[in-house]
Amino acid sequence: MSELTRLTLAEARDGLKAKTFSATELTKAHLETIEASNEALNAYVLVTPEHALAQAKEADARLAKGEARPLEGLPLGNKDLFCTDGIRTTACSKILDDFKPTYESTVGANLWSAGAVMLGKLNNDEFAMGSSNETSAFGPVVSPWRRNGKTDKLVPGGSSGGSSAAVAAGLCLAATATDTGGSIRQPAALTGTVGIKPTYGRCSRWGIVAFASSLDQAGPIAKTVRDAAIMLGAMAGHDPKDTTSVNAPVPDYEAALGKGIKGLRVGVPKEYRVEGMSKEIDDLWTKGIEWLKAAGATIHEISLPHTKYALPAYYIVAPAEASSNLARYDGVRYGLRVPGKDVIDTYENTRAAGFGKEVRRRILIGTYVLSAGYYDAYYLKAQKVRTLIKRDFDEAWSKVDVVLTPTTPSPAFAFGEKTGDPLAMYLEDIFTVTVNMAGLPGLSVPAGLSSEGTPLGLQLIGKPFDETTLFQTAQAIEDAAGRFTVGERWWAGDAKKAAAAPAKKKPGGK
Amino acid sequence: MQETAKSGGKSKSANLIAGATGDWEVVIGMEVHAQVASNSKLFSGSSTAFGAEPNSHVSLVDAAMPGMLPVINEECIAQAVRTGLGLKAAVNLKSVFDRKNYFYPDLPQGYQISQYKQPIIGEGEIEIDVDGEAKRVGIERLHLEQDAGKSIHDQHPDYSFVDLNRSGVALMEIVSKPDLRSSKEAQAYVTKLRTILRYLGTCDGDMEKGNLRADVNVSVRKPGDKLGTRCEIKNVNSIRFIGQAVEVEARRQIDIIEDGGTIDQETRLFDAAKGETRSMRSKEEAHDYRYFPDPDLLPLEFTQAYVDDLKQHLPELPDEKRARFVKDYSLSAYDATVLVAERENANYFEAVAKGRDGKLAANWVINELFGRLNKEGRDIEHSPLSAKQLGGLVDLISAGTISGKIAKDLFEILWTEGGDPAEIVESRGMKQVTDTGAIEKAVDEIIAANPDKVEQAKAKPSMLGWFVGQVMKSTGGKANPAAVNEILKQKLGL
Repeated sequence: MSELTRLTLAEARDGLKAKTFSATELTKAHLETIEASNEALNAYVLVTPEHALAQAKEADARLAKGEARPLEGLPLGNKDLFCTDGIRTTACSKILDDFKPTYESTVGANLWSAGAVMLGKLNNDEFAMGSSNETSAFGPVVSPWRRNGKTDKLVPGGSSGGSSAAVAAGLCLAATATDTGGSIRQPAALTGTVGIKPTYGRCSRWGIVAFASSLDQAGPIAKTVRDAAIMLGAMAGHDPKDTTSVNAPVPDYEAALGKGIKGLRVGVPKEYRVEGMSKEIDDLWTKGIEWLKAAGATIHEISLPHTKYALPAYYIVAPAEASSNLARYDGVRYGLRVPGKDVIDTYENTRAAGFGKEVRRRILIGTYVLSAGYYDAYYLKAQKVRTLIKRDFDEAWSKVDVVLTPTTPSPAFAFGEKTGDPLAMYLEDIFTVTVNMAGLPGLSVPAGLSSEGTPLGLQLIGKPFDETTLFQTAQAIEDAAGRFTVGERWWAGDAKKAAAAPAKKKPGGK
Repeated sequence: MQETAKSGGKSKSANLIAGATGDWEVVIGMEVHAQVASNSKLFSGSSTAFGAEPNSHVSLVDAAMPGMLPVINEECIAQAVRTGLGLKAAVNLKSVFDRKNYFYPDLPQGYQISQYKQPIIGEGEIEIDVDGEAKRVGIERLHLEQDAGKSIHDQHPDYSFVDLNRSGVALMEIVSKPDLRSSKEAQAYVTKLRTILRYLGTCDGDMEKGNLRADVNVSVRKPGDKLGTRCEIKNVNSIRFIGQAVEVEARRQIDIIEDGGTIDQETRLFDAAKGETRSMRSKEEAHDYRYFPDPDLLPLEFTQAYVDDLKQHLPELPDEKRARFVKDYSLSAYDATVLVAERENANYFEAVAKGRDGKLAANWVINELFGRLNKEGRDIEHSPLSAKQLGGLVDLISAGTISGKIAKDLFEILWTEGGDPAEIVESRGMKQVTDTGAIEKAVDEIIAANPDKVEQAKAKPSMLGWFVGQVMKSTGGKANPAAVNEILKQKLGL
């Protein structure tokens, strides 16, 4: 296992610039690690070595000429929700089958034009619907983390479980991800990585398979706060093709790091002390408060009174939008088609075979809440709750600059632990959905380990388009808490066996 | 034409339909789908050109590929606002695009982007004219929406094909109030609406291409009763069919009610070949469209200044033009109405009439030119006579150079051979004879040859007409009729 895969994105960038190693060497090191690890972790659903090496070659040429772009030669993983030109994109659903887009997502295009190298497509919950990456048509992702002395397979969180596991296990330097209700921050928290969901409108949604349009945002999962800042800086920006993207300059997030947080006003919302929250999460939160205080911030208790309505309202709005967004998967133009005796029969066969159970559940919920006679009671009411949640935060911003909460109510759980109980799974999002409902930026930063030795994260919530403050505050926590990396690379033991495995998996295979 | 129009609702007894149990009143409301005249689609850059190879004007957005997002075409917004202004309607500075969800193979997204609760245009009105009587018809609203693609069922034994060229093309749905009371009014309404749209340049109004089509809501009631249950007749695609559909549907409903039945609210199709309407789907089978605001699009907002600017550049509309023609050219209301029905016709007329006798110009444009164009199935753009030529002809009449009769011959020459009117008249000796000597000579000859008629004329002065005819005949129609009259009267002692 190459030491190059243990580097952070910033370290690798500096190494390339110093010509300590080449982009090709760096890319190869990651491809080898993927080959050795993916059988065990299932983080990638498609590895694209030729594509990656071609990009690396170009990067080396540019590096040699001193024409390096900001992410020149840095190998990344790309969540399978991002459409990739000529490269299979499935959203980890059988319904997209072998779909190859003829276009690249704007966020992806931004990264590649900044010089980054794409290693392949990362696993996720089907259509990003899930909190454990267990709903993927390609099978679940295994977290590189294990409980102390145990070998149970733990979930890497979801829906960006492939992204979080790949970053934590060194299968890429950083990864793209998306977050509709916590899909960046929760997996980051469960794998000791940093994840940021930027303000709604900061990144273009064009070319990203839609789940819930008013909530979806792209963002990075990375090894450090600095890496996340570098990544977001390259991903973000206005896109005329997405009219919900905002035409505002993207600050230099990396340059703003290390400015300190002296005098920063940190809000601690009392409503986030939910029933059943584990003591170690509570303790972690207290520790976070102490660190920020020590770094010169002031702590203020605040109230976000409508927090408790956020989760139920989210589970109306998100499925409603999803039920409509997923209507296009009808077997007529692309993806899976299971023929029937007539067009209605074909629709039914195709969608029954193509969508997994969780996706079907959410389509049904969404269809129900939008139906005549229920719209006012559910969808309209949920939108009103949304307005109230936004108002809560608007109120808070008059008193504080940033809000600190836990990212998840509990540490990583084992496979199957919550799959039988959708409500328990939905509760994973309890601290994160509020941020999506309000359209605010939210960041998860590793802050400690559970009693079982698995990572825990703290969440920072910021004002609209104030990602800079989130990075600065997260840096203070990272400085105090240190980084959390997996000790033993237990999964790479199957290297030889894995080498024989095909790089490209079929959805639903195994 | 009366200057004061009645508002809708009050019908003339002439509109009533006789039934076995007495007179019935038909109540009609229209939903017209008008394709917005624009180069590209409502939410994508694809061309809207008609008649292209199937699926050649389809962008990633139109085909609803994963991750694609709609971007509003600003020209379509401007066209909708112009139309709203032309309908004297309220323009909503904030409106919302909604999704109308249903599955159909030619609807790639699985939903149509439309406007539901907050349309871009609110209430307005149109003035129509039926049998010389003006009437105002209320406009309920106008909203923008995407057209669907087209399913083609006759190309393969087992499959239907889908053409997405139309998918995403912008439509304006213009909804009237239930103010119409007869098939004639319904036809007049669509005709007038079409005229306004064509004047504005916001829809070409081509019903054959399906660029303008109407859903007709029909119900019947005894005069004074509350509204009856309505049926919606979908996609009627000609003015003639609109009239027929209303007639047969009203009769169908009256017959059912008079036989003791009730009307079921439903959607029906008009079969022009059989001259009947047929049930398409009942209220129970109606879709639940699950409307909700499209989260991919922010609410559509613009300023009053934007609206004002569009208003300032609005062309003259038919009602204004008609009033101006009556005033400036002393036309009858009827002639003015005929002339303004098509903007191109009005423009042609004005080119002929400018600086000339308006009434004379109108006579020649309407009776001779339109009559001839109609007969030959041509429109004004394909007229062999230019406005300049016809103007020249009118000049020659006004100057007394040619008579009205000769002018008809000249018109024929211009139509078939072309040329400059004045030159033709000169070179072919078509000038009117005003030389009294020549006319006197002809008169003397006629009087000498017809002593019996001279006697008759003395007893019955109206016989003068016979003499005039004879003189004109002998002079090949070129004699100035006024001079002939004068001389005849004198010579006959009348």
